[in-house]
Parts: sequence; structure tokens; C-alpha cells
Amino acid sequence: MIAELGHFALIMALGFACLGALGPLIGAAKGNKRLMALGSGAAYAQFTASLISFLCLTYLFYISDFSVRVVAANSHTLKPMMYKIAGVWGNHEGSLMLWVLMLSLFAAAVALRGKRLPDTFRARVLGVQCLLAVGFLLFILFTSNPFDRLIPAALEGNGLNPLLQDPGLVFHPPLLYLGYVGLSIAFSFAVAALLEGDVNPAWARWVRPWTLTAWMFLTAGIALGSWWAYYELGWGGWWFWDPVENASFMPWLVATALLHSAIVVEKRGALKSWTILLAIVAFSFSLLGTFLVRSGVITSVHAFASDPARGIFILAFLAIVVGGSLALYAWRVPRLTLGGLFGLTARESALIVNNVLLSTFAAVVLVGTLYPLMLEAYDGSQISVGPPFFNFATIMLVSPLIIALGFGPLLSWKRGHLSKAAIRLLPIFIVALMVFLGTIWATMGNQILTAFGLMLAAWLMGSVLMELAHRIKLFEHPAKALARLLNLPRAHFGMSLAHLGVGLVLLGVTVSEAWTVEKLELMQAGESTDVAGYTFIFNGVEPIVGPNFTAIRGHFDVIKAGRSVANLAPEDRVYAHPVTNTTEASIHPMWHGDLYAVIGEAAGGKRFSVRLYYKPFVSFLWLGAMLMCVGGLLSLSDRRLRLGAAS
Amino acid sequence: MKTRKNQRIVIITSALFILFSAVGLVFYALGGDSVNLFLQPSEISEKDMKSGQYFRLGGLVDKGSLSRAEDGLTYHFTVTDCVTDQPVRFKGLLPDLFREGQGVVIEGSLNDDKVFIASTVLAKHDENYAAPGTMPKNTDACQHPSAGMYAK
Repeated sequence: MIAELGHFALIMALGFACLGALGPLIGAAKGNKRLMALGSGAAYAQFTASLISFLCLTYLFYISDFSVRVVAANSHTLKPMMYKIAGVWGNHEGSLMLWVLMLSLFAAAVALRGKRLPDTFRARVLGVQCLLAVGFLLFILFTSNPFDRLIPAALEGNGLNPLLQDPGLVFHPPLLYLGYVGLSIAFSFAVAALLEGDVNPAWARWVRPWTLTAWMFLTAGIALGSWWAYYELGWGGWWFWDPVENASFMPWLVATALLHSAIVVEKRGALKSWTILLAIVAFSFSLLGTFLVRSGVITSVHAFASDPARGIFILAFLAIVVGGSLALYAWRVPRLTLGGLFGLTARESALIVNNVLLSTFAAVVLVGTLYPLMLEAYDGSQISVGPPFFNFATIMLVSPLIIALGFGPLLSWKRGHLSKAAIRLLPIFIVALMVFLGTIWATMGNQILTAFGLMLAAWLMGSVLMELAHRIKLFEHPAKALARLLNLPRAHFGMSLAHLGVGLVLLGVTVSEAWTVEKLELMQAGESTDVAGYTFIFNGVEPIVGPNFTAIRGHFDVIKAGRSVANLAPEDRVYAHPVTNTTEASIHPMWHGDLYAVIGEAAGGKRFSVRLYYKPFVSFLWLGAMLMCVGGLLSLSDRRLRLGAAS
Repeated sequence: MKTRKNQRIVIITSALFILFSAVGLVFYALGGDSVNLFLQPSEISEKDMKSGQYFRLGGLVDKGSLSRAEDGLTYHFTVTDCVTDQPVRFKGLLPDLFREGQGVVIEGSLNDDKVFIASTVLAKHDENYAAPGTMPKNTDACQHPSAGMYAK
């Protein structure tokens, strides 16, 4: 009954989405106010219907109704409640339901917060947003209906992949989806602006907070996913250049570029058509990501089961959305007026450098991700493009980006002076150079890349602080500096924090890649071993029983210089449904690095294989990402940037 | 108008320069070592893989083939596509979800004795526990008794 109700609500959502797409779009074209006014109501109704449908599915998982195919295939009665609920989006059908829920949530948010937008513009935004929902709802209803019954009903479910039974599953997919789907708003705003034939600074002011919101969720989602991989997969890696990771990274890169180019539109009225293009491309990458993950065309650790019908549907949808919007772009963009002039070394130019590098980076990642597919289609050979390629591309493209980032905020709009900025940054340059030479000296020239990474991190963080110091006139009038600091616009703090976050990530990547110490060893109780100056004493194992697994738990005392530092208790679990082994790493985070222990199965008698790590600065990665999000939040809370602020 | 034009030209030229060098770099790198073949066991001889040449091996872990060496840290097992069996050696902790009879993707290279020395065994966390690219292409071959568990 509940399944049928959910199915019905989903069909209702499709109906409302059709209404919300056709009414406002036709209304706006014909100048019919009553048709346009349908938009908000349809958006609310569509959200309500999607929510009911989603709650129905959640309820089916909650009561473990195994007469529903998706539940039987992915759930189990013995599974902890948290994972029954989170398991809703741990599978193909449910994750699409989450996607649609987010899509309609954003539509409703625009309806609610966008009251100050011009009528026709708002109608068009809502219309485009609903049109996207129509596509996804059709996709669910025709190829991936989560409410399909299983006849006869299963007695017990298949269970959820134990690796997914982790708090990470509760937060990572929803955050990521909020980011992916949030970019749809930027897309809808861009298409609406093309339909209107006008892009003005007010447009950028409307679109920027939404993009910023999506970007924050995307950042948080990616960072959380990488943290999850770090502690769950048991070998301390946090980024694998897996196609699905790339699928989330590309929209992030483009969204980051979009955030910056929208500033130029807002402040200077320039880069309009480029910004529109970025908004379209950012969401297209979101869709492409969905295609890559959901169609099973690519070998990936995240890939869901492949189903050609689904792949073809998404590919067609992708073609319509991307092709249609780009065609509209080509048709309408010549109408846009050119923006203001600016000098070669003005802030605008720095932001263009940012945009060129970020979008080139996204393009390179795209090629690396799709190359295996293209080659397979071409001559049937299967290859994989590995981390060396992506790492190389990252170094080549991120380095100039970081260098330019140091200058950007110090340049003024319209007519900036590079030499002035360079003089201000001279001390930072010297410090960075000393870091570089110091590292070279300390490592005896063996780690030039590490030295280079550290130099960039020092340069970036130093220049951010230097810019802040100049902004508050710390050197000219130190007495009033604090007052000035407190009076700075929040958006400015936001920028500085986010840039500092980038620096921290850079620092974390460089140091943890260079100086991680790893030890693989066979140990029995009472033995000890040294890892990077820490002595790990193995105190044996104990058997434990969890809700749906049994495990052995190893105990390690870690001491350094006679002082106890940590107790680590990694587990080797055996889940019952399905029978699967997983290792649970035990991590002791410290400010300068993590101690990380994994225990494997017993090897003849009482000896266990263990893997121990010291991972310096690795938490700077998540800390940096967190700073970026906090920076985004601060910017968002700036009065001038509030969602739906008056133009 | 001349300065404006000049500026735009300089900006656009430098932007294009970066773009082109990056694209050139991409194609250069894609021809190099960073691209690995992804093979199933029976394709290894077809492609004439040399010892030491890095590639990805996909297939099923043969049931009953997993054993541990004396040191307790080195594993031996066979990866099969039901046509050819490829012996594999791996030193380290096998990842979660590694089981006999299931799909794996392994990175490494052959040694002189044609044993695949694995440097990384990839963990799979697919909802259906079947990694794409590990299912034997020739499923008919999997009907023979020793590989009965692979038949779908």
C-alpha cells in the first residue's frame, strides 16, 4: 500500500513538474501573468509530492518490506536502523529519488526566496528547473522505479554492502547531491537569462549565492567522501582519481571558476557570456557525472550495476540538456552587450587567469576520465588512465593558479598595478623561497617536488595574510588595525578563509605524500615495532560481537619517548549478510599527523598481519576543505550577498 | 580602441597558449607510462606483455587458489577468466571484499616466471559486489565444472 502511495506521489510529482515547466515558460513567452504565476505553486506542489514519495520509500526500508524489489535487494532485517534509513540512497533507484528530491527542494527554495526577482525571469528559472525535474522523474518512472514489487516477496533481504555501513553513507551522498543538484539553479538562471536576452550585474548578484551554496555542499561532500575513503578502505589513501571521484571534481572545478567569474559580472559587468557558459557547463558536468556513475560504462569502485537502458536514457537526456542549452547559448549570446574595459593587470585579468586554468584543468580531467571509453569504442582495447597522469596535470595547472592567486586579491579593479602588488608580496616571496631552499637542503635535493609544494603553500598562505594586513592597514596604522579588521565585510573574510583553506589542502597533500611512513608486519601479542619514532606495542586481540557482524579487535599501545600517546583498536570484521570481511582502521589524529593501524587475519597461530602508518599533516586536507566551506558560509552571510537580496 | 584591442589580443593569446600547452601535455601524457592496459588473463599472451610492464589485471579469484606464504604476509592466488589462469603474488593486506570466486582488479606487472606481482589490489565497493570489467567476457567458458560457481 505504502509502495503504491509512493509510486502515485511520484507520478503526481511528474504532473506538477510538467505543469511547472510548461505554464511559466509559455506564460513568460506570451506575457501571460496568470500562466507565469503557476510556477511557484507547481514548485511547492512538486516538492511536496517528491517528499511524500521519498518518505514512503524510507518507510519501506524502515519496516524492511521485502515485497519491494529495491528493499529486498539492498536491505536486511538485522541491519542497524541508521543504515536502513541511509540505505535508501545506497542504491541506484534510491539515489535518484534523493536527486529528484533535492532538485525539487531547490525549485521550491527559488520560489520561496526569489520573490524579488522580476516576474518573467523568475517564471523562466522555475520553468527550466521543473523541466529538469521532468527529465529525471521520467527516468525514474520508466527505468528505475524504486516501488516495483517483488512477487513473491523475499523472506530476507540481500543486505547492504558492509563498506557502506558507516556514518559516511549518512552524510556523504546527500551533501554531494546538494552540490550537484544545486548547480542546476545556476543552470536555470543561465538559461533563463538567455531566454530573456539580458545579463546584468543584478543577474550575477542573484546567481552567486546559489552557486556559492552548491559549491559549499560540493566541497563538503567531496571532502567527506575522501575522508571516508581514508578511514574506511584501510590503506590510508584519500584520493584515487577514480572516474567517479573525477565526476565530482570536474563540476567542482567549473563551479569554482563560475564563482569567480560571476564576481566580475557583478562588479564590472564583463565576462557575461563566459559566465553563462560556465553555469551551463557546471551543471552539464553534474549530469555527466550521473551518467558515468549510473550507466556502468566505466570501471570504477563506485559503479552501480550496469543497465544499458538506463545508460541510453541518461545519455539522451544529457544530449538534450547540454545540446539544447548550448544551442540556445549560440543563438542568444550575440545579443549580450560587452562589458566594461579593464587593464591587463587588473583584478579582472587575475580572475580570467583563474578561470582559464580551472576550466583547462576540468577539461584535462575530462579527457583523462573519458579516454579509456573513447579508446575502447575506437579499437576495443581496454586501458586505465592512472594517477601519474592526473598528478602531472594537477602540478602543471595548479602551480600557476596558486602563483596567480597570491597576486589576485591585491590587484584593484579596472586598473591594477602588478608592480605595486609585487612589492607588497616581496617578503612573502622571500619566505617562500627560503622554504623551498630549506626543504631542498634538509632533504639533500631528493625531494624537489615536495620543496616546490611547500613553497607554493607558504606563498599562498603568506600572500593571503599579507593582503589582509594591507587591507586593514596594519603597517601604516597598527593601532586602528583591529577595528578595521572587525569592520571588514564578511565576504572579504570569506575569501581569505577559503584561500587559506586551499593553502592548507596543498600543505596536507604535499607533506602527507612525501613523508608518510608505512610498515607492514606480522606481529604477535607482546611484540613491538617502531614507526616514525612511535613504538607500537601489540597487546593481542579479543573477539567482539556487533549487531550484524563478528570481529576480532586488536589492541596497540603507542608510546613515544616513554610517554603513552594513544591506544589503537583496529578491527577485522566479518559481516553475516552478505558474508564479507572488512577491516576497520583505528586512527589517532594529532595536529601534526595521524597514527593509523589496520589489522588483518591471523596467519598460522597467534600472529596477525598488521599495517601501521604515520601520516603527517593529513588532517590538514579536511581542515582546509572545512575552511573553504566556512569561508563560503561567511560570504553567504554577508548582507550584500544574501539569497534573493534586492537588486 | 587600439589599446583595448591589443589587450584583448594579449589576454586571449596567453590564454590560448596555456590551453594548448595543457592539451598538448594531455596527449603527450596519454601516450606515456601513465596509461595502463586493462587486461583479462587470456589477453595477456595476446598482447605479449613483457615482464616488468605495468598493467591492470581484471578477473575472478579462482576458488581454492588462495594461499599464504611462510612469512604470513605474502598471498598467492589465481585470477581467471575461465579460459586462462594467471597466478598472482601479493604482499600486503588484502582489501575488504576480497574473496575467492569474486571479481578483482589488480595493478602490477609480470615477473620473469610469468607470475603477476601485484602492487595494488583494488577494493571494490559496488552495491552488487560485481566490479565491471571483472566478469569474464567469454561466459560460456565458465560453464566447465571447475568454474561452476561463476555461471550466472
